[in-house]
Amino acid sequence: MVQSPEAQAEEIRDAFAMFDDWADRYQFLMDLGKKLAPMDEADKTEENRVKGCQSNVWLVAHAVPGTDRIEFQADSDSAIVKGLVSILWRVYSGQPAREILSFDIEKLLSDLELDQHLTLNRRNGLVGMVERIKTLAHEMSDSSDQSDKLNKALTGNTPT
Amino acid sequence: MPYDVQKVREDFPILKETIYGKPLVYLDNANTTQKPQAVIDAICSYYTHYNSNIHRATHLLSEKATRAFEGGRDKVREFLNAVHREEIIFVRNATEGVNLVAQTFGRQNIGEGDEILVSAMEHHANIVPWQLLCEEKGAKLRVIPITDTGELEMEALDVLITPRTKLVGIVHMSNALGTVNPIEEIIRKAHAQGVPVLVDAAQSAYHMKLDVRALDCDFLVFSGHKLYGPTGIGVLYGKRPLLEAMPPWQGGGDMIESVTFEKTTFNVLPNKFEAGTPHIEGVIGLGAAIDYLNGLGMENIAAYEHELMKYGTQALGEVPNLRMIGTARQKASVYSFILDGVHPNDLGTLLNTFGIAIRTGQHCAHPVMQRYEIEATARASMGLYNTREEIDALVKGLIRVQEMVS
Repeated sequence: MVQSPEAQAEEIRDAFAMFDDWADRYQFLMDLGKKLAPMDEADKTEENRVKGCQSNVWLVAHAVPGTDRIEFQADSDSAIVKGLVSILWRVYSGQPAREILSFDIEKLLSDLELDQHLTLNRRNGLVGMVERIKTLAHEMSDSSDQSDKLNKALTGNTPT
Repeated sequence: MPYDVQKVREDFPILKETIYGKPLVYLDNANTTQKPQAVIDAICSYYTHYNSNIHRATHLLSEKATRAFEGGRDKVREFLNAVHREEIIFVRNATEGVNLVAQTFGRQNIGEGDEILVSAMEHHANIVPWQLLCEEKGAKLRVIPITDTGELEMEALDVLITPRTKLVGIVHMSNALGTVNPIEEIIRKAHAQGVPVLVDAAQSAYHMKLDVRALDCDFLVFSGHKLYGPTGIGVLYGKRPLLEAMPPWQGGGDMIESVTFEKTTFNVLPNKFEAGTPHIEGVIGLGAAIDYLNGLGMENIAAYEHELMKYGTQALGEVPNLRMIGTARQKASVYSFILDGVHPNDLGTLLNTFGIAIRTGQHCAHPVMQRYEIEATARASMGLYNTREEIDALVKGLIRVQEMVS
């Protein structure tokens, strides 16, 4: 069972808090990135490249068939960005669309002080990644709303 | 008198700052340089004691401000060894200087089928204004290629200067490679064909003595903020007959002689090109920066930086997995490099946590990156206050970053 995004976030927050020095925090971040499952080279296409990043980031997100959960693979040629990708992966991947949409990622980044320490360009890239994942989550939750309505219409129940 | 770098450092208050609790090692001078106290004081003194608009009022403050502003022009004239003070036009930066020439001299003299010659190591500031002009006029931008080491292919010059060439725009020192180009030879060859030359001296002006009379260049631009002066002020030097023949660019106050709704006549040089209230404290600050540099002596600065450059080239040469981009024989104060296995942005971010400031990216010179088929470089660039100890800190930082990323 996958932990909730909040529980994942708490673990990252605790780990980050152990380091006072930013060099050590970046080291931790890069080490997280190294643990990220490798992405299929064939998926590193222009279409899957996240716009707004100074470094290259590729991200493929998809729904787990038969569920409302979203999984994604991602990679970057920057070790620090890969660490950021890994944070997103930990809080988002495998989660139901509604959890993804309700989770406050801005708060997590601000708790980690990454909002202050990342350059504007890197922040833009991070926003680009989050938007991609949330867009898919939106599409899925919209379509699951639709199928809810359809199911209820077919069974004669009116949605409340 | 020997160059006392520790004493020089005392003149720059910002060098006492700490970054993440570590002493600042500022190696981003090609981007902008830090300001000596004398420059900060000059600007502060202007606003504290004699802030006033120039050239027009009859009161004492205005007179003082006008004298300080025009005194700044005299200092720039002397700094460049220009013949006339009217040949010094104040603009916002080197970029605006190039745009001014493109929009006035260029529009007047360059037509369909004509050619403008630049080099493959230009900053975007000396590419894009010409491209815009070429598009408007149906002219063609031609490019002097560069070698693998980052030097101009000088033998190509003879072929590239054609009867259609109307201007050569050439960077004196490359911000992305550090190469110092043989502009004397380029100017000589261009002039032999009757072609005027614009020199982009944004990077060279603060590293070496410039002499527009000896160079015989037709136009030259530089920015104040790289010359240890304030931002927002730059200089366009142009030979007087050329500037006189050029139409005005921006219209407004100060650049006119008389205005009626039927016809406006224009002021003489240099005011013709300085519409509106200028950057008064910028010129005053720039003047103070020039005084400061003259106090140290540009030759002394160049000699010190040359020794530091040699030390750094040797020290960085011993860093494993480091590939220097730009190894020209004539080079100054810039190390542009790639560290295998480390993304340049990560390198910049991690060095920053050790207090070391460098620039990473494409340095407003995308064609240079394309030439070497790289996405970006890390660039450490030095100024007159940098030390061997700071180079050592950089070398140590580079080794530590490689350990962190691997």
